[in-house]
Amino acid sequence: MAERGAGRYVARLVVVAYLFFLVAWPLFLVGQNTFEGGLENLRGILQDPDVVHALRLSLIVAVIAVVVNTVFGVGVSLLLVRYEFPGKRLLSALLDVPLSVSPIVVGLSLVLVYGGRNGWFGPTLESAGLQVIFATPGIVMATAFVALPLVIREVVPVLEEVGDEQEQAARSLGANALQTFWRITLPAIKWGVIYGVVLSLARSLGEFGAVKVVSGNVLGETRTTTLVVEEKYLNFDKGGAYAAAFLLALVAVAAIIVVSLLRPKESK
Amino acid sequence: MSIEISGVSKRFGSFVALDDVSVSIPSGQLTALLGPSGGGKSTLLRIIAGLEQADSGSVRIEGVDATGLPPQKRDVGFVFQHYAAFKHMSVRRNVAFGLEIRRRPKAEIRRRVDELLRLVHLEQFGDRLPAQLSGGQRQRMALARALAVEPTVLLLDEPFGALDAKVRKELRDWLRRLHDEVHVTTVFVTHDQEEALEVADEIVVINDGRVEQIGTPDELYDAPANDFVMRFLGPVTQLGDRLVRPHDLVIHTGEAAPGAVTGRVTRITRIGFEIRVEVTAGEQVVIVTLTRTRFRALDIGEGSTVQVALAPEAVDAPLEVA
Repeated sequence: MAERGAGRYVARLVVVAYLFFLVAWPLFLVGQNTFEGGLENLRGILQDPDVVHALRLSLIVAVIAVVVNTVFGVGVSLLLVRYEFPGKRLLSALLDVPLSVSPIVVGLSLVLVYGGRNGWFGPTLESAGLQVIFATPGIVMATAFVALPLVIREVVPVLEEVGDEQEQAARSLGANALQTFWRITLPAIKWGVIYGVVLSLARSLGEFGAVKVVSGNVLGETRTTTLVVEEKYLNFDKGGAYAAAFLLALVAVAAIIVVSLLRPKESK
Repeated sequence: MSIEISGVSKRFGSFVALDDVSVSIPSGQLTALLGPSGGGKSTLLRIIAGLEQADSGSVRIEGVDATGLPPQKRDVGFVFQHYAAFKHMSVRRNVAFGLEIRRRPKAEIRRRVDELLRLVHLEQFGDRLPAQLSGGQRQRMALARALAVEPTVLLLDEPFGALDAKVRKELRDWLRRLHDEVHVTTVFVTHDQEEALEVADEIVVINDGRVEQIGTPDELYDAPANDFVMRFLGPVTQLGDRLVRPHDLVIHTGEAAPGAVTGRVTRITRIGFEIRVEVTAGEQVVIVTLTRTRFRALDIGEGSTVQVALAPEAVDAPLEVA
């Protein structure tokens, strides 16, 4: 008994130490560096109109990407769990590609398709007045691409666990497909969706590689917050870089904390 | 006839769940679909409800062809083995669901839900969540929910299968009484022959995707169509080449009578109020059950030589050699 207790204690210590040195301590240092000169660093970037523009752009892009991925993700999850069709396993595997492919590859491939000058489809769109690459639509696409599987991976296991008996009961009581979805399915998978949304939001805000390639990184126009961090860091404006990084981390961490506090304790 | 099923077949891959099944289910009665697991009875119920599509054949409910109708247009109430309670809704909201979908006035919904909760003895539990109810209470809630929309037929899929023996027995009696009050055409699926014999007005025995026999509990018990029905409805034993009920056999100690089989008592077991006597006659072991009084009067023990014969009013079936 004592031996097992000691073993568990050691295991716990290892996990805590691992998380501390890999996640907590570095993140803490970002915060510490941000507030080294009091609020000076934060005030500095918040008074820079280009940085404020970048913050706003990041937020807009993230919100659009999350909305698109949530609608698409819930739809695909229902398709994967509730229906049988040929190629289902292939589709399921394909949905994980965005997680495994490097974001920079995603960026390059989007340029190949939608690039205004040499892209496969880009010139057609451009002549119709829609610029994708080096503009907001491209940034949204790149962001949506990399965050694509997050909602699906949260919702699919919940849908599987809930089963379809409640939906069948609703149908037999007279509800049509839409009523069944809004009144039964969605409330049942609510927390899976919310968790997926939060993860997507955090991931979307922090996307760097794919966005760097497709945005063109134009100051005050297509430069997002992550690109600001890099720019400031390379230009020896360490304070500004830390402050912007701190804001990014703050939003993501805050969202996850709020959700874990709100989430009801797993009822059996 | 309330439900007319004609020529319904259903396959799942290479497994034949239903093979050209035709059944007529009478209005206002309590009908049991009885059979072993995997025999196709649940599939038939789900096809009636529209939760499953038949590969061929048709379903008519109260004269309306329902074959192609989706479940929400069939006007049936369905009760699932595992309750299918809407977990995020209170008991009241669960029961009110069908009425809310039908956009009935609020006051009417409230009145009707109160009435139903009283009917299923859950008036104290309206504001609880399904997770706070016992299994039996959840199933009564599911029944109230199905009855709320006043369906033309009520379908129950192994409704008491997930409950323990005592609650099961209570709910069984209660369902019978409820049906005598409400009179809605009810079809329930069960693999428990005692449940079917006790509760149903009419029993449809289904095995291997086919209907073996349709009839009242008495008809099925007294005149089984074949040895499968006979075996499924109660205990059986063999006497010569006949399949008989052990309690339809009589034991004599006197001289060999015509039609009787002579054997030696090889085992005596007492099970509660009855005595089970195993008589070995040649290669065959015949099982006879009798009351304690009758057993005492016989004054036999292991090793005694006895005569076993069929009681005059006994039910038997010829043994089909597979």
